[in-house]
Amino acid sequence: MLDPILLTIKLAGLTTLILLLIGTPLAWWLARTHSVFKEPIGAIVALPLVLPPTVLGFYLLIALGPQSPLGQWAVSVFGQALPFSFAGLVVGSVVYSLPFVVQPVRNAFEAIGNKPLEAAATLRAGPLDAFFNVALPLARPGLMTGAVLGFAHTVGEFGVVLMIGGNIPSETKVLSIAIYDHVENLEWTQAHILSAGMLGFSFVVILVMMVLEKRLRAVRRGA
Amino acid sequence: MITARFKGQFDDFHLDAEFSLNMQGVSALFGQSGCGKTTVLRCLAGLERVADGHLLVDGEVWQDDRTFLPPHKRPIGYVFQDANLFDHLDVKGNVLFAQKRTRDQRGPQLSDISGLMGIDHLLDRPVRTLSGGERQRVAIARALLSSPRLLLMDEPLSALDRFSKDEIIPYLEKMHEALSIPVVYISHDSQEVERLADYMLLMEKGRVTQSGPLLDMLADPKLFIAKSSKTASVLEAEVAAFDDADHLSTLQVADKTLYVPGFVAPIGERRRVRILATDVSLAREKPSQTTILNVFDSKIVEIAAIDEARVNVVLEMGQAKLIARITTRSLRKFDFQVGQTVYAQVKGVSMVERRKK
Repeated sequence: MLDPILLTIKLAGLTTLILLLIGTPLAWWLARTHSVFKEPIGAIVALPLVLPPTVLGFYLLIALGPQSPLGQWAVSVFGQALPFSFAGLVVGSVVYSLPFVVQPVRNAFEAIGNKPLEAAATLRAGPLDAFFNVALPLARPGLMTGAVLGFAHTVGEFGVVLMIGGNIPSETKVLSIAIYDHVENLEWTQAHILSAGMLGFSFVVILVMMVLEKRLRAVRRGA
Repeated sequence: MITARFKGQFDDFHLDAEFSLNMQGVSALFGQSGCGKTTVLRCLAGLERVADGHLLVDGEVWQDDRTFLPPHKRPIGYVFQDANLFDHLDVKGNVLFAQKRTRDQRGPQLSDISGLMGIDHLLDRPVRTLSGGERQRVAIARALLSSPRLLLMDEPLSALDRFSKDEIIPYLEKMHEALSIPVVYISHDSQEVERLADYMLLMEKGRVTQSGPLLDMLADPKLFIAKSSKTASVLEAEVAAFDDADHLSTLQVADKTLYVPGFVAPIGERRRVRILATDVSLAREKPSQTTILNVFDSKIVEIAAIDEARVNVVLEMGQAKLIARITTRSLRKFDFQVGQTVYAQVKGVSMVERRKK
């Protein structure tokens, strides 16, 4: 029973890390650009919010499959096709959880506004310097919210995993799949234990989120 | 020397400002709200970029058709209207942010500046706990610690109440005294300008309409500031004596002696005095029966109407100029003319608390 839990934590942790690395610059760009592509790109990032996970999973399956150029490239890099592998799950989770990280981080950057960055510029901080030493620290509550949401959302995903991951023990059999499996096999006790664990976990996540939100609002008031 | 020209269309006004300034003393950019003062200052800092802009500072091109030096590459300090401190750092973190990024290690040190701005006891405080006046002092210290060659201040006192203003002005005066950094200072408060500035640029509707040494500008009856009810002459004075018995200070203004009640400053020190135009009355002959101590013979150099009822009469006493506000009826009754010698009676003199080197 421990296996799916560890796998899920590994998947969610890795996904969150990747999302913070690519989501933060993306959120920064969305918060500050005046480009005409701002809203279209923002909409694409937000798509997983409304798209049925199975649809997303279906397209990912096709996009990452060995017939597609992307899939062939992945084979040459990872030495294997991405669907039905842990690496494929990570890719799917990153796409699926992207809006949950980008949105709060973008909100935090927008709340900071231009002024601290202007102050930084007049104090000889170049754009990168200002980003790392002013914008990121000021956006910390938003980054934490994004990380918590991204992690929790990845832990809870089912549809995408089922479509591109399947049910391979220690490779793609994550918590939600495991619970589904247990119920299918009428193993109620195991399903109970895992579900109750998820219930507790979700409660803690929401609680942490609310505390973070409160702190973020305090920061905005102070500014 | 700063030579600047900024042209551009903004939401609510058209900017077309052209001016030059010496890199010394305090230059006030003075004008009503919304006339484009802040935009000009932001253009000087590089925070705003107008397509048609030229900026030359001490021979270096900061902006022209091909060049635009970004703000972080300009050796300036900028004090924002609302301090704009970094909330994620404490006071010390804020002021050191500037110093860490300066290459000029011979610049002012933290201990000097924090002493000068009176923020020693605040260094470990989070910025959120500071009062308005304290925040602004920290902001000024932060700007100074970046070793600026030019300090730009955007109405640093406007967000403060009267009490905090009075608290902070002495620090500004001390700063001008201790550091010889040229300052461009935005204000719409004429009293602040009288107190702090050496040079003045007048802005109206996006244009710099007049500029010149402060004392000349204040005495120019053609400028709109001469129409204000608070129009005043500001004169440079030197303390000459103090009468213990009557508690009266004697000040030398140009070739005239001015009496001011109370102790002003030790003998030899220089001060600015401010004389409201409405506190000056004129007489044809030297008044002999009067309680007014300060009576000067002076020459009328200019008469300018304010409205139907009142005129400003500009008087010359040596190099100094004094403005008297009288009614049109009195002007007619005594038939005052340019070139005549008259006696100016000064009813009130206030000190402009500025220490001069």
